[in-house]
Amino acid sequence: MTEQQHIASAFDRDLEAVQAHIMKMGGLVEAAIMGAARSLETRDEELAQEVRQGDKAIDALEDLINEETARLIALRAPTAGDLRLVLSVLKVSANLERIGDYSKNIAKRTTVLVNAAEVNGSASALRRMAREVEVMLRDALDAYIRRDAELAADVIARDEDVDQMYNGLFREFLTFMAEDPRNISACMHLHFIAKNIERMGDHVTAIAEQVIYLVTGERPSESRPKADTTSQTI
Amino acid sequence: MNDMSRVERAVDSKETKIAARKVQVYYGDNHAIKDVDVEIEDKTVTAFIGPSGCGKSTFLRCLNRMNDTIDICRVEGDILLDGEDIYDKRVDPVQLRAKVGMVFQKPNPFPKSIYDNVAYGPRIHGLARNKAELDEIVEKSLRRGAIWDEVKDRLDAPGTGLSGGQQQRLCIARAVATEPEVLLMDEPCSALDPIATAQVEELIDDLRQRYSVVIVTHSMQQAARVSQKTAFFHLGNLVEFGETGQIFTNPEDPRTESYITGRIG
Repeated sequence: MTEQQHIASAFDRDLEAVQAHIMKMGGLVEAAIMGAARSLETRDEELAQEVRQGDKAIDALEDLINEETARLIALRAPTAGDLRLVLSVLKVSANLERIGDYSKNIAKRTTVLVNAAEVNGSASALRRMAREVEVMLRDALDAYIRRDAELAADVIARDEDVDQMYNGLFREFLTFMAEDPRNISACMHLHFIAKNIERMGDHVTAIAEQVIYLVTGERPSESRPKADTTSQTI
Repeated sequence: MNDMSRVERAVDSKETKIAARKVQVYYGDNHAIKDVDVEIEDKTVTAFIGPSGCGKSTFLRCLNRMNDTIDICRVEGDILLDGEDIYDKRVDPVQLRAKVGMVFQKPNPFPKSIYDNVAYGPRIHGLARNKAELDEIVEKSLRRGAIWDEVKDRLDAPGTGLSGGQQQRLCIARAVATEPEVLLMDEPCSALDPIATAQVEELIDDLRQRYSVVIVTHSMQQAARVSQKTAFFHLGNLVEFGETGQIFTNPEDPRTESYITGRIG
C-alpha cells in the first residue's frame, strides 16, 4: 500500500472517512464486549440493558459503512490497494457487527442469569476470556490502521488461547451439570456465553486476516491453528 | 451521526444560479433539445452525461449563447442567470460570456505568451487600470488555474509550448481571469492523459468553492468523480437530474440505469 496521496484529494477524504467509521464502530464493539462481560460478573442488570440498547448504534454504523462503500465504489472505481481497502472495509464492518450481536446476546442471557444461583467462579473466567478477545480486537484494529501485518499475524496466533479457554470452560460446565442437575439451566446459558466469546475470537481473527490481505494482497497462507476440540468431546 | 464524507460531498449552496424552463432548441427542422427544465446551483459542479447526439453539448452552449453563432439554430423557452433572462434583447452576449466562461475540449491557447493569454480577457473588458493591476489579475488567475508554480518563471513563453494538461489549465486560468460566475466545460479532459486529467479534475473540485461549474463529459467515471449533481440526457430529453451519488448507485429512470451500466448509448 502506498502512503502517497491521490491527486483527487476528495478521494483521500472519502477513504479516510470510511475508515474513521470503522474505528468508531470498533470502539463501540470493544465497549460492548467488556460491558457484557462485566455485567455478567457483577450481576449488573442495568449495564446489561445498556449493552443490549447499544447494539443499535453498532448496526446503524454498519449500514452507514455499507452505503458509503457502495458510493465509493460507484463514484471512484477504486483499484489495487484502494480496492483492497474498500473490500476490507466491508468485511471488517460485517465482522464487527457480528461481534456486537454476540455481546448483545451475552447481555441478554445475563438478565436471565442474575435471577439464578451463581455457578462458582465461572463468571470471572468468562470475563477473563472476554478480556482476551477484547485486547485481540483492539490489536487487530490497530494493525488495520497502521497496516501492520505482523501484529495481525500475532492476533491470529492468540486465538488459540481463546479456544483453549473455551475447552476448559466446556469441560467445567459438563462437570457442574453432572454434579448437580439444578445447575443445568444456568450452565446451559453460561456455555452459550462461552461459545459466543469463542466465536467473537474467530471474527477478530477474520479481521486480522483482512489486515494481512490489505497489506500484502494475499490471504494468510498457513491454515490457522484450531484448538477448539469440543466438537469431538463426549 | 456526523458523516464526514457526506458533508464533503454535500452541495454547499442551494441557491439557483441558472434556471432553465421549457427550453427547446432546433437546428433547422431538427428538434435537438426537448422541453428541458433544470436548475443549476451555485458553488456546485453539475455534470451533463449522455450518449453522443443526446443534446448535452447543445444545451451547455445555450447557457452562454454560443449557439447564437449558428445561423440555423433557434432557442425557445427561458434561461435565467440569477433570475435575469440571458436571451433578453438588452443582454450583450460578449458581456454574458465574461460572466459565463467556457473551456473547450481541445486546449486552445491563443498564439501569444502565457501572460497575454490570461491578460486578454481583462484587457478587452477593461478590468485593470494599470500594468500592476493586470499583473495581479494574471497571477491570481494562474494560481486559480493551479498552474502558477509551473509557469511563473516563463510568463513570456508562448502558451502553445506547454504540455496538453498545462495548456488546458492555462485555458481555465484564462476563463477565470474575467471573474466569471459560471464556468462551462465541454469535455475538458478528453485530450488529456490520466494524470493531467486528475489534475484538472482536482482543479475543478477546487473551483467550485467560487463558481458554479457545468461540465459535459463522455466519461461517466469523470462525472462520478467531479460532480455533485448529474444530469442524464437522452435523445434531446433531460431524463434524470439528481445528486451524483444517487444517480450512480440508484438511478430512478431505467434509461439512466441502462446508460450508466453500459447497456444503451
